[in-house]
Amino acid sequence: MSRSFLGLSPRRLWALCRKESFQILRDPSSILIAFVMPVVLLFVFGYAVNLDADHLRIGLLMQDSGPAAQRFEQAVRASRSFEVHSDSSREALMAALTRGDIRGVVIVPNDFSAKLQRSTAAGNTGGNSGVNAPALLQVLADGSEPNTAQFVAAQVQGVWQQWRQQQLQDRSAATTGSASASALITVQTRLWFNPSAISRNFLVPGSMAVVMTVIGALLTSLVVAREWERGTMEALLATPVTRAELLLSKVIPYYLLGVVAMTLCLLIAVGVMSVPFRGSLWALWGITSLFLAGALGQGLLISTVLRNQFNAAQLALTSAFLPAMMLSGFVYEINSMPTVLQWITQIIPARYFANSLQTLFQAGTVSAVLLGDAVFLALLGAFWLGMTALKTRRSLD
Amino acid sequence: MWYRLWRLIVKELQALLGNTQGRLLLITPVILQTALFPFAATLEVKNATLAIYNPDSGAASRELVQRLAQMAAFSHIVPVHSEAELRTVIDNQTALLALQFPPDFSTRVLAPPGASVMLVMDGRRSNSAQIASGYVTQVVNSTITERSGPPSSAVTVRNLYNPNLDFKWHVLPSLIAIISTIGCLIVTALSVAREREEGTFDQLLVSPLTPAYIMAGKAVPGVLVALFQGSLIACAARFAYGVPFTGSLPVMLLALMAYGLALAGIGLFISSISSTQQQAFLGVFCFMSPAVVISGYVAPIENMPLALQWLAHANPLTYLILIVKGTFLKGMGFSGAWPHLWPLLLIAACTLTVALRLFRRHIA
Repeated sequence: MSRSFLGLSPRRLWALCRKESFQILRDPSSILIAFVMPVVLLFVFGYAVNLDADHLRIGLLMQDSGPAAQRFEQAVRASRSFEVHSDSSREALMAALTRGDIRGVVIVPNDFSAKLQRSTAAGNTGGNSGVNAPALLQVLADGSEPNTAQFVAAQVQGVWQQWRQQQLQDRSAATTGSASASALITVQTRLWFNPSAISRNFLVPGSMAVVMTVIGALLTSLVVAREWERGTMEALLATPVTRAELLLSKVIPYYLLGVVAMTLCLLIAVGVMSVPFRGSLWALWGITSLFLAGALGQGLLISTVLRNQFNAAQLALTSAFLPAMMLSGFVYEINSMPTVLQWITQIIPARYFANSLQTLFQAGTVSAVLLGDAVFLALLGAFWLGMTALKTRRSLD
Repeated sequence: MWYRLWRLIVKELQALLGNTQGRLLLITPVILQTALFPFAATLEVKNATLAIYNPDSGAASRELVQRLAQMAAFSHIVPVHSEAELRTVIDNQTALLALQFPPDFSTRVLAPPGASVMLVMDGRRSNSAQIASGYVTQVVNSTITERSGPPSSAVTVRNLYNPNLDFKWHVLPSLIAIISTIGCLIVTALSVAREREEGTFDQLLVSPLTPAYIMAGKAVPGVLVALFQGSLIACAARFAYGVPFTGSLPVMLLALMAYGLALAGIGLFISSISSTQQQAFLGVFCFMSPAVVISGYVAPIENMPLALQWLAHANPLTYLILIVKGTFLKGMGFSGAWPHLWPLLLIAACTLTVALRLFRRHIA
């Protein structure tokens, strides 16, 4: 290595970098992936992925028409989380649930009012509570989408709590102040950094990690393989170019492209999507550079080893893009994964990058978090680039 | 003519499977992804760390802390001793949540207006933090209910199709759709581009095959790849992960085939507008990643802005995920699947027609 680094000629390097840059700029597809794709992905993640579900379609089956049941129906209809489809036939609602047209069915059974009256009366006179079963509201949720199912259940429970509070108040007003079963513990929740819980604020910085993985690893996975396929690599090898020069000429232009794309992402996130950025720009630049070193190294290694664009493309997709989506912790919490998988996420650069970006955007420059991430990113960068340097041979075999 | 088509398909399959690298790349990623992603893709919160700042020494707060410590969601409870320390553990991501008690909590709980505790959450992970805060609220609520006697009404929740809300049951059927998308698109989109780059496409054109046949020869291997990879994951889901298959297998395979055709159309469309493999590959990527995100797999479609909802309804992946999930979990048969199957067939007809048009024009 050291000998080839000594033989680094600025003139040759400059010429190679220029050639590579022209190739990038001439190809509409690299412009597409570096400038159009980030915008599309950020928008899709920012607007299409709304984990705080509202407007969920649910079915409502009213088998009881007592005043308490009606008040519950009003409460459900008034909730902003639901779009209520009522139907008098259970079969029709179940069929809609199977088709996926609605996410859950809320059933107010026909004995609801009667049971409610009985158990309230028992509660007021005190004692023999075990005899009277509580009036049950039934929720049937579509478990095939667990997150939505949980949300439906939680929201119905919320509506029920409100309704119950209302019932209690009405009753205590009627019986002048007796039986105040108000809650004695209240939980005040504060969501730091993102007080109104906008999922966009953490999904957009996270998706930047995916976008940069695409630019870093996907584009570069093709470049060396293309030279081998087209035979231009042999022409290059016939020149006095050194291994370090060859490697740097592939890294530098794509690094610059990555930095430009990152700037674009930042401008769109802050300017258009109004995601707050609270960290320092220098820290952002530093972390981005460390990450790009690893991503570019990974892409180039794939390209150098496989020497075939078709296969390199597939490997880059599965070894860089998909892990960045699934294992970087930007949608799926890493702590919730099995231990073995948590180890695997340690070698995925996007994990540290997504974490740093989320911290930089929302919490600010928290050095304890950023330094830890930076160390791992630097190690991974050195590993991938080092491997690529090892595998780059100045010979045809 | 059928014989020629057959030879063409055989040739395409040989190009695909003829080398070890290619064969490995069709199977290994599928196996790895099927082995890893179902465990990763969970929105449950487990093993989270809860920090507790409790200056109260009474029994009530101790009892509440003990109850929280027993929850599976919180594997670590970190006691902190000042508000500043509480801020640091959240800032440094040591804890996802921090619960702060008032110093006179235990005496306050006993009489109205009661006590209030503050739950601070790390908003960088606002989704997980909110889910975890739901667990804390549950524990607090159950404490309240125990104190205030039996309730006069209650809500019972039953989760149909997936009674324990196992995320793997949701992820695996979706993975069948997503992974076969990658395989099928890459095979169809890159094959024409590769022939063009290598110059063998001209040889195909001077053969007696018409453009429609050439296109069919390119589409069939793609559909086969989608079917093969889809079935592989379906078997893993059924036999390795034990996801129940309650619906009709022919319907699922039919849907997978219709989807393969729709994708082949898209792949060939990308192929005919790109002149190099790189362009084709990046085109595939530009279609695929938004398609996965707006398919309803990550978040429900009805929450999206209206324009994205329309796009989601033009997205073949949306329908395939519904059908595969339906046949796996919901006992879906042909009549249940038909409302999702006909849009899939319609999309396939559209994309193949457009691809053929472009293909012809490109050759002429």
